[in-house]
Amino acid sequence: MELERAVEDAVVDMLREAVTTIPPDVQDALRAAERAETSEVARTQLATVLLNMREAEERGIPLCQDTGVPVFFLTGRMFPGLEESIRRGLARATEEIPLRPNAVHPLTRRNPGNNLGEGSPRIVYRPTDDGFLDVTVMPKGAGSENMSALAMLTPAQGLRGVKEFVLETVARAGGRPCPPTIVGVGIGGTADQAAELAKESLLRPLDVPNDDEQLDALEGELAEALNCLGVGPMGLGGRTTVLGVRCAMAYCHTASLPVAVNLQCWAARRASRRIFADGRTERRQ
Amino acid sequence: MNLRTPLSERTVRSLRLGEEVAIDGRVHIGRDEMHIRALEMREQGKEMPFDMNGGALYHCGPIARKSGGVWEIIAAGPTTSARMNSLEPLFIREFGVRAIIGKGGMSGPTLEAMQECGCVYLAFTGGAAVLAARSIKKVERVEWLDLGMPEALWIVEARGLGPLVVAMDAHGNSLYDEVSAGVEDNLARLKGKLGR
Ligand code: SF4
Repeated sequence: MELERAVEDAVVDMLREAVTTIPPDVQDALRAAERAETSEVARTQLATVLLNMREAEERGIPLCQDTGVPVFFLTGRMFPGLEESIRRGLARATEEIPLRPNAVHPLTRRNPGNNLGEGSPRIVYRPTDDGFLDVTVMPKGAGSENMSALAMLTPAQGLRGVKEFVLETVARAGGRPCPPTIVGVGIGGTADQAAELAKESLLRPLDVPNDDEQLDALEGELAEALNCLGVGPMGLGGRTTVLGVRCAMAYCHTASLPVAVNLQCWAARRASRRIFADGRTERRQ
Repeated sequence: MNLRTPLSERTVRSLRLGEEVAIDGRVHIGRDEMHIRALEMREQGKEMPFDMNGGALYHCGPIARKSGGVWEIIAAGPTTSARMNSLEPLFIREFGVRAIIGKGGMSGPTLEAMQECGCVYLAFTGGAAVLAARSIKKVERVEWLDLGMPEALWIVEARGLGPLVVAMDAHGNSLYDEVSAGVEDNLARLKGKLGR
């Protein structure tokens, strides 16, 4: 009972943090981008982004009106009633913060008004034997999510094919995902796994390198190439199209090479909490 | 430069690509469902609950809160305008809108309607929801709330809504077309250079 309450409260608390503040690594990257821009239009876009971010944080209101649909990542000790606690927390957060009621029936478009519905919010479960539960939330706006793409490449297309697909996806997205974006790339696995890897890779802060050396090099190479595309902040042209690239991989079938791209807008929101068995909650970066 | 609504055709036609402006006065906030309903009602010859002649239409689905019987806009950044691509040309011709505010730009047929009727597209920084809300001084009225908060038609009073960049002018020019032509060239060149 106490644990359920702790999770519910943590969900409200972390959603508030996530939608009103930008993580420090993303802030740093945005500031660096503003300094790097040479065109007036591009600089104005980034200056506006930074000003908006400061105002939101000071006043404790959502920095973007699209507070997204939250994706929850749970790692650690699970318990019965966990999902219900998260759902209660989300409904409360929608009312209290407030969040925009975004979740609708996919066909009738009916909006229940509390961000809850069948399969919504999405929750990814990773049970472990730890004595605590880590909850991370990523509110995901539609502008960037709508630009996601999946390609089932042939093994012959190889790494080159992967790079081409990432470049094409970001070029085609143009200004729609609110660039500068963070580009999540999932390589391998099954089709659904690639998509999940792409999304989850967005959780790694921009100042933390990839512990896979080959992927780390790929992230650097892709980021450099993407920033030569000229899409620029908000698609109005400029040097900064992406703040970074995050790659993750999984072994796949010998006849397959799935690649998924999941874009995250400059409003790259996330927050984490660790919840212990006695209900104690700790904020995590 | 601050522009006050209603806008004259002359003012709108004098705006140049890349110019920075802000909007004062009445602004209509609406997106997908608002367009669909307005066009349906017009087709059925029904009376409209708004007059957008010379007006500014802002593509946005706000977060609003009602306290003490008064609506307040909490966050109101622009939404992706491309979703209205198929509806906007007719909307501009039917309702006499002179400025569309949004993000990401719109397609050829909208650019044509803008040139024909005298209308511009003003790009607002995606996600700048707090700055936008701060410049919205008052909600005059909300219509069609049955469509849901983000899809309803909000008629508001703004002061200094911006900074907005003239990204599609009333002469058939689009900053997005210029940028995307460059992006296509760069993409081809970068693909040629990719390592294995
Ligand atoms: S893409 Fe991101 S920044 Fe842009 S409107 Fe959506 S949530 Fe906001």
